[in-house]
Amino acid sequence: MSLVALMDRRKLLRRTLIQILKPIVFRQGAASTAVPVSSKGRGRGGIDKILVANRGEIACRIMRTARRLGIRTVAVFSDADRGALHVESAEEAVWIGPAPARFSYLNASTIIQAALRTGAQAIHPGYGFLSESAEFAQLCEDAGLNFIGPPASAIRDMGDKSASKRIMGAAGVPLVPGYHGDRQDIDFLKSEAEKIGYPILIKPTHGGGGKGMRIVQNSDEFADSFLGALREAGSSFGISTVLIEKYITQPRHVEVQVFGDKHGNVIHLYERDCSVQRRHQKIIEEAPAPNISDEFRSHLGEAAVAAAKAVGYYNAGTVEFIMDTVSGQFYFMEMNTRLQVEHPVTEMIVGQDLVEWQIRVATGENLPLTQEQVPLKGHAFEARIYAENVSRGFLPATGSLHYFSPVPISPTVRVETGVKEGDTVSMHYDPMIAKLVVWGENRSAALIKFKDCLLNFQVAGLPTNINFLHQLANHWAFEKGLVETHFIECFKEDLFIDPNGNIAAEIRAAAKLSAALVAACICKMDHNTSKEKLQGGDNSLLLWYSDPPFRMHHSAKRVVELEWESELGEKSLELIKSSIIHLSKGTYLIEVEDDDSPAMELKITRLSRFKFIVEAAGLSIIVTLARYLKDNIHHIHIWHGQHHHQFKQPLTLYHSSDDAYENKPKFEMASRTKGGVLAPMAGLVVKVLVENGAKVEEGQPILVLEAMKMEHVVKSPRAGYIDGLHAVPGSQVFDSNILFVVKDE
Amino acid sequence: MLRLGFSTKRSCGNGIPNSRHRSGKTWAWFCSAVLPDGVDRSSNEFARNSAAAESLLSHLRSHIQKVLGGGGSEAVERNRSRNKLLPRERIDRLIDPGASFLELSQLAGYELYEETIPSGGIVTGIGPVHGRLCMFVANDPTVKGGTYYPITVKKHLRAQEIAAQCKLPCIYLVDSGGANLPKQADVFPDRDNFGRIFYNQAKMSAEGIPQIALVLGSCTAGGAYIPAMADESVMVRGNGTIFLAGPPLVKAATGEEISAEDLGGASVHCRISGVSDYFAHDELHGLAIGRNILKNLHMAGKGISTSPYVSSDFKEPLYAAEELRLIAPTDHKQQFDVRSIIAHIADGSEFDEFKKLYGTTLVTGFAKIYGQSVGIIGNNGILFTESALKGAHFIELCAQRNIPLIFLQNITGFMVGSKAEASGIAKAGAKMVMAVSCSKVPKITIIIGGSFGAGNYGMCGRAYSPDFLFLWPTAKISIMGGAQAAGVLAQIERSSKKKQGIKWSEEEENTFKASVMEAYEREASPYYSTSRLWDDGIIDPADTRKLLGLCLSATIKHVPDSTKYGVFRM
Repeated sequence: MSLVALMDRRKLLRRTLIQILKPIVFRQGAASTAVPVSSKGRGRGGIDKILVANRGEIACRIMRTARRLGIRTVAVFSDADRGALHVESAEEAVWIGPAPARFSYLNASTIIQAALRTGAQAIHPGYGFLSESAEFAQLCEDAGLNFIGPPASAIRDMGDKSASKRIMGAAGVPLVPGYHGDRQDIDFLKSEAEKIGYPILIKPTHGGGGKGMRIVQNSDEFADSFLGALREAGSSFGISTVLIEKYITQPRHVEVQVFGDKHGNVIHLYERDCSVQRRHQKIIEEAPAPNISDEFRSHLGEAAVAAAKAVGYYNAGTVEFIMDTVSGQFYFMEMNTRLQVEHPVTEMIVGQDLVEWQIRVATGENLPLTQEQVPLKGHAFEARIYAENVSRGFLPATGSLHYFSPVPISPTVRVETGVKEGDTVSMHYDPMIAKLVVWGENRSAALIKFKDCLLNFQVAGLPTNINFLHQLANHWAFEKGLVETHFIECFKEDLFIDPNGNIAAEIRAAAKLSAALVAACICKMDHNTSKEKLQGGDNSLLLWYSDPPFRMHHSAKRVVELEWESELGEKSLELIKSSIIHLSKGTYLIEVEDDDSPAMELKITRLSRFKFIVEAAGLSIIVTLARYLKDNIHHIHIWHGQHHHQFKQPLTLYHSSDDAYENKPKFEMASRTKGGVLAPMAGLVVKVLVENGAKVEEGQPILVLEAMKMEHVVKSPRAGYIDGLHAVPGSQVFDSNILFVVKDE
Repeated sequence: MLRLGFSTKRSCGNGIPNSRHRSGKTWAWFCSAVLPDGVDRSSNEFARNSAAAESLLSHLRSHIQKVLGGGGSEAVERNRSRNKLLPRERIDRLIDPGASFLELSQLAGYELYEETIPSGGIVTGIGPVHGRLCMFVANDPTVKGGTYYPITVKKHLRAQEIAAQCKLPCIYLVDSGGANLPKQADVFPDRDNFGRIFYNQAKMSAEGIPQIALVLGSCTAGGAYIPAMADESVMVRGNGTIFLAGPPLVKAATGEEISAEDLGGASVHCRISGVSDYFAHDELHGLAIGRNILKNLHMAGKGISTSPYVSSDFKEPLYAAEELRLIAPTDHKQQFDVRSIIAHIADGSEFDEFKKLYGTTLVTGFAKIYGQSVGIIGNNGILFTESALKGAHFIELCAQRNIPLIFLQNITGFMVGSKAEASGIAKAGAKMVMAVSCSKVPKITIIIGGSFGAGNYGMCGRAYSPDFLFLWPTAKISIMGGAQAAGVLAQIERSSKKKQGIKWSEEEENTFKASVMEAYEREASPYYSTSRLWDDGIIDPADTRKLLGLCLSATIKHVPDSTKYGVFRM
């Protein structure tokens, strides 16, 4: 070998070494594990170290079971997840790339490398990301790693929705009428749609979770929806093929948890009802499904087991059915070849740990139970708590968890989360903050506990759907189990309160009470803060911060102005003014402006950073108050009794310089410009459909935003000419940025 | 003299013997004397006094309530319509949230002019901003457009005097039409008139005491110098204007027609002239900038100690503060023991008396107020030679040790008569006045009862520049009692009439005496005093301890100069 070639090889060697070492973060002196381990201990044998190829709550959840079984865990993380809970929960963690998922959590080879470097024998993919990638499952196998999931062949079969339906049809599982073939040209599919009869549904053949799905009401909408579905399928799943089928107008979404081992045994663990959805994504799931007979239940189970067996399935899977509430028929929808988000509700009613089952089955063990041995006890609910703007059509939201106080956990209450107070919900990943899982002896007992937990689940810092979930759970139809996938649409008048109705007046009165409590607590907090801030612990000035503050021959008075951020529609900010008089006993006399109720005398005791005891007229209640600063505005959340309100308190102290302050009105001015259109959420511009200066019609799509894999079309609010449109595909916009202006000429 | 019969019992402060001290006797040496409250609740005098005290207080409060309303509802409404707050509301937003504010001379200008000038048209006082005590001087635009009457000037200057003495940063909330033109002769030219305001600003600034002006309204003519002389100034767009001559005068002088905003608004002064430094978009923004300026102050090396030694661990007095209202008799002929007042204001009611058995008409001793050591001097009757010598001694002692002095005045004067003169009472009194004048420690005077004659001087009256001087509603101040004055004047009048051969009937003499007594009575009233700013305000006796604490903390922030005395006549 020539000298040059030798040097080249050395260079190469060094480069690979650097490449290998760079992404590894050594934790707890795990340096020795950086040496690539031999193939010994890999393969079908025992597992003592698992790499979790996921993030967030599911990564934490898997690690919890692994730790219980004495199995060590390796986390992977992107730039956005440094210091995330799942990283802290693992014994080792490996950096796998920048924030966007396609460079990190979807980067199969980097993840496999990470597993090899850390000596993990198995990879648990969680849900989402690579969990349903047959290629990834195959790569794992090729690298001698145990993929904790179904065989690659089953993923492939079930991943292609058209193919899966063919297989299911052959196995005698009932199917929804539709076209699941390979032809993707628009005219052909349109003619198929006509044959099935509108409304129809367009879905990507790969993936799930409602991403890229489009309902088409008539033939005029077909083209637009078709193209959108294609694009979203491409960006989310990398394969842009779709199928079409009949759209069932009053469907229930019922799915069956199945489990198989590597010895051909398949059982089911009963069904879950996941009908309550918004934007085609589940938000409340329950098990077992309400209002179905035992006979129906066993039919479902048998059909699901048949479906799994038809593809030689093992490990955890879910067979989704659509149930037509009108005809009572059920049809096979798809099979999710992974552990699902809502698996805990099944775990709660059968009393099993499905992650443990997954690991045991992956090592070649038999299923722990036979079908007859599977218990069914009680009822469980799960709510998905999302960072989202309910009033803006459930658009995903981003922000910081300034205050995060979920309910206390117990054997019957689980909080599955991957975040902690102070963390950020970024635009890069799913905006789910936590899952609340509650079990009870029967449905009504579980529901009471479920509602109570939702009431006490306290999050401040970003908009969430908690209040909405609570309203859903409180709805009479939900209480009766009359669920179907259009539940929210169907009862929207109950769920979204009319800002001018009677209920709104009650809500307003409650908000005023909350405002008074907030004002009193703020006084207490500010007073404490002022005292604590005393320079250099100057005792001689403590006297100036006595409670009540001293005034010569009169009582100190303070006016607190709060803007109530009501959930009555999108832009309802109502100013509530409270005046507080410091009485000599250290109590507050509070009066709310424009309120008929008399002044209240309150005594406030601060229990902790967020908790206060408020005493009024011999009654004492506990109030939780979370205050944080964002964009120079104090945001305040209050929880007491059945109530949760949020307020804004504009700061009198502008920390910004004059310039920054002067820029602010400029921005606001722009938003007030007639015809100005604001970004409804932070996201990436994926497509700009018109040019600056173009003439547009009312409702014409102008550009397409994408955030959290969700596409949102921004339309022109009225006819006119587009002006000030500077966005180009790939540019980043922030919440409420001005996108363009529609001018008259 | 000790009518209520005092006995001081020795016990440990908290009343519980420390178990570490085995011997029952040794621990007693470390404890201060605890005073009994000295209130005889069963006596008739007590009952009579309670009723009288109650009426005095409610009278005072009704006057205060009136001045808190500023220049009346119409003017207040007009002020609000311009998005302006009232001066006290402005101060409330400047001081730290939930902090105290020590307002001074609320009844300045009371019945002083034909027109009512509530609080003298200006609100002054002390409050903390970002943990630093500041002096606030806020014009009240609802009172005669915030123009300066002679009393307004006097109150402004007094606030500056306190600020200079205590080295407190000054915040001027300017909203004034300048000097009151009809009263210009008493406002404009003299040493302690309008010009002195700017002189003080210059001198304080030179001493490193920050001078901050927030221009929240008009600031015309002479007033324009307040922001111009300030170290830093803020102007509010729309409301704040600064000009030497307003639009009407400009038009008359040059014919130029211009709006107030274009002539001297925030934009002009922040962007073009440089008269102001910070541009505020509205009043709240302006006040917020004001707070920020204070946050950025840096006063290290200005002779200001940031944390003087004060124990934060102190005991409250054993007796309720409200009882103080009932202790000082409303009838000045009644004697009472000043120790009962000390018992209600000192930490743990503890008072270690100095020279207890000598010169007993003056009570002197050491106590703590909110953990701060103080020397207390109180009157228990007429000052004799011994009492005056004791007073001079005690003042020297406190000055030597940098202990602030508190004077509790209830004094009819020095003893008169041949025995007193022969004992050298004049030089004994002179010693006390010399000691009071020259000692450089903080001094606070509370006039709880009479304040007559040279007693006022020896007990640190207004002329002796105590850092603060407050009155109880029971206070009376004059050169001598009305009856005595009437007697002396009547004697002179009679002899003068006699020389001229005019007969003076007894009836005429009585009328003469009555008119003198009536005038003395009126002029000795605390309202007469406070209206003219002979003091810093009439206080609720129940607030005495609190006020002393607040004032002390303001006075001890700087290192006192060392005391030098003049020649004592021995």
